[in-house]
Amino acid sequence: MTAELAEPASKIELPAHIGGGGDIPSFDVHLRVRRYNPEVSDESTWDDFHVTMYGTDRVLDALHKVKWEIDGSVSFRRSCAHGVCGSDAMRINGRNRLACKTLLKDLDTSKPITVEPIKGLPVEKDLIVDMEPFFQSFREVMPFLINRGHEPTKERLQSAEDRERFDDTTKCILCAACTSSCPVFWTDGQYFGPAAIVNAHRFIFDSRDDAGDMRLEILNDKEGVWRCRTTFNCTEACPRGIQVTQAIAEVKQAILSRKI
Amino acid sequence: MQVHKYDVVIVGAGGAGMRAAIESGQRAKTAVLTKLYPTRSHTGAAQGGMCAALANVEEDNWEWHTFDTIKGGDYLVDQDAAEVMAKEAIDAVLDLEKMGLPFNRTPEGRIDQRRFGGHTRDHGKAPVRRACYAADRTGHMILQTLYQNCVKHNVEFYNEYYVLDLLTVEEDAVREDGTPYKQKRVAGVVSYDLASGELHVFQAKSVVFATGGAGKVFKTTSNAHTLTGDGMGIAFRRGIPLEDMEFYQFHPTGLAGLGILLSEAARGEGAILRNSEGERFMERYAPTIKDLAPRDIVARSMANEVREGRGCGPNKDYVLLDLTHLEPAHIDAKLPDITEFARTYLGVEPYTEPVPVFPTAHYAMGGIPTNITAEVLQDNDTIVPGLYAAGEVACVSVHGSNRLGTNSLLDINVFGKRAGIAAAEYAKTADFVELPADPEAYTLDLLDHVRTSDGTEKVAAIRKELQDTMDANMQVFRTADTLNQVLTDIASFEERYERISVQDKGKRFNLDLLEAVELGFLLELAKVMTVAALHREESRGGHFREDFPERDDDNFMKHSMAYKDEHAPADGTAHTAEVTAGIRLATKPVVFTRYEPMVRKY
Repeated sequence: MTAELAEPASKIELPAHIGGGGDIPSFDVHLRVRRYNPEVSDESTWDDFHVTMYGTDRVLDALHKVKWEIDGSVSFRRSCAHGVCGSDAMRINGRNRLACKTLLKDLDTSKPITVEPIKGLPVEKDLIVDMEPFFQSFREVMPFLINRGHEPTKERLQSAEDRERFDDTTKCILCAACTSSCPVFWTDGQYFGPAAIVNAHRFIFDSRDDAGDMRLEILNDKEGVWRCRTTFNCTEACPRGIQVTQAIAEVKQAILSRKI
Repeated sequence: MQVHKYDVVIVGAGGAGMRAAIESGQRAKTAVLTKLYPTRSHTGAAQGGMCAALANVEEDNWEWHTFDTIKGGDYLVDQDAAEVMAKEAIDAVLDLEKMGLPFNRTPEGRIDQRRFGGHTRDHGKAPVRRACYAADRTGHMILQTLYQNCVKHNVEFYNEYYVLDLLTVEEDAVREDGTPYKQKRVAGVVSYDLASGELHVFQAKSVVFATGGAGKVFKTTSNAHTLTGDGMGIAFRRGIPLEDMEFYQFHPTGLAGLGILLSEAARGEGAILRNSEGERFMERYAPTIKDLAPRDIVARSMANEVREGRGCGPNKDYVLLDLTHLEPAHIDAKLPDITEFARTYLGVEPYTEPVPVFPTAHYAMGGIPTNITAEVLQDNDTIVPGLYAAGEVACVSVHGSNRLGTNSLLDINVFGKRAGIAAAEYAKTADFVELPADPEAYTLDLLDHVRTSDGTEKVAAIRKELQDTMDANMQVFRTADTLNQVLTDIASFEERYERISVQDKGKRFNLDLLEAVELGFLLELAKVMTVAALHREESRGGHFREDFPERDDDNFMKHSMAYKDEHAPADGTAHTAEVTAGIRLATKPVVFTRYEPMVRKY
């Protein structure tokens, strides 16, 4: 339930620096973008671009500046531009991140910033990869609530603690940053990968769900959770801060104990 | 070119499209076409909640919700539609819970509810806890839950298929009073497969448009880059009118300079707005519900504070959203994402510092006119058999001149479901309409024109100038002068648009071409919005004319209907009719049931 809140003051003294800001600094950025277009060549290449950017700009802004002002053929997916839609996962300076959530000022702009497609999925063009194998793994873990009981007239009850149990894994936006950062997935595309396991976890530990056993059986497969080598790349890559490796460990534990 | 045949084709895979697909997919052969992947849709960016009078935490009922929706929309709401939405809200929330949506819970294990702007107890007496929520990512949870259930029901998706045309035929028909007219019937859609650059024609008995909004006509917006009003634009070009396009909502709390949304739930949880003097200025503008006044009022109040010199920052061009009196644990539990946005994008710590905010273009109240069954209207009272629309692309009208917070997540669920059921039921009894000859010809022309044009104008430059003039002249304050300036600007943009060139000449994932086509829709829709705003010489809800600052029920208690019409004569059947810039404006009566218009005070 919402806590009762004290009525805030009608007027307060604001500290002098509030909302200060001052002039927004600008800086020059050297972007190295991995290019690939099978209509042109079977080989991929690096293209270099130099753009002037501003204090709050993100890597996505730099890519847009390149596309809109220098080379319209540079191709990448994006939509929401603030880290909730999961379109623009890419490999930035060798690390998987969302381009819209990576501020340029947080990178070392004295060196070229490299931007490549995420690894382990077939590249279609430039930074665009084929997401179908990724979504196929997602679909295979039965990522939907299965409840065999009678449907209540109103909502099913769930305690706040039971709701909290799987909160972390509900944050997933299916951007594939985790799965495509996993060395096991790079060498074995059949591996379900962290994202599919995260989404199985979200239902396995939901007190309203009755199909946890089936999901555990699916993930007990040779391409399931046991392929995980606990390198924590996935946890580091997750733009939503999900404890991915821990979620995988909890699924492993559940398979061993068969107690959810 | 390939031709596909489905009973029902749904265009768009956000909340409305997928809610429709879950219903339609179980009743008829259904395909969902989206220019993105379903989980990228902007429903996922919605934050605060979805209102329904569950009365889980305090007394509430759907009649109060109906009243709030009508008053919130400044009485331009069709009251029958508002009743349907408020009544069906309860089942809409319960449907989602049963599908698996992880709502926040009360200590008793029921769905928790919180306060939201304009939602009140007993017709405006005090704020009421009506918004069902999942932290501040309710939209994310709705989008994921609907996608999960589409997977469960094996819904067939065509991802990254960009629909560019609506195929209709016209038949001679006669009205009851004997006057002849042209009856439109839907035959299908034409889509462009982004991966291959190939055209695919989808023949369908029913077509559901659920393509979302058009926020990218503005510079500062909470909307995704992909929200370019495609569905509205396609329908308009094919002779379907657009209703109430002058009403566009500016959400009060966008991150200053960026437009990224900070949910109204922040104020629902107790955050307040302050000006440069530290004053809680909403006490002056809405003495009863203060910071929880509807969005149009709060956004205008903020803009007014800035205009009168009480803005903050080096340029005095924003105000502050103050959460510092809230417990950090409470903020973490209820508002984790939006506080993270403030940290990531502005480097501000909301526990200890107020967050710079300013209104951001957020939601189109207007759109493709429909009735309460989500059937699209080709004029005031003639439906187009087989054509449906739901969600932001549509205008039912449940939002009138200003939408209440949470009512969009509700709208997509209630009317998405209705559209899905109606489209499938219609397809069970109807026959396919024969495709027109060369169904893809119009789309081929459109694409070839853009692809082969070798002018010197750049798409991004024209788009930026359009967005700049819209922000400067079509935002929360408008006058005839500013609106005429926009029309002058758009005329020059249209002329320049004829001379654009795209650099990418390939077929595969040609997103350069895509952006050029999208700009065509943006120009078209910005013009419709502005012409409608120019002709509404009153102030109501989200539309504020400084040269006509009062609501004028005698002359303007009616919906506007904009038709694309280069040479149309004045329509004698309409109360007023004007042709401006190739747009003919007519009107449509507002539906009243039991609420008399009153002065709107909070």
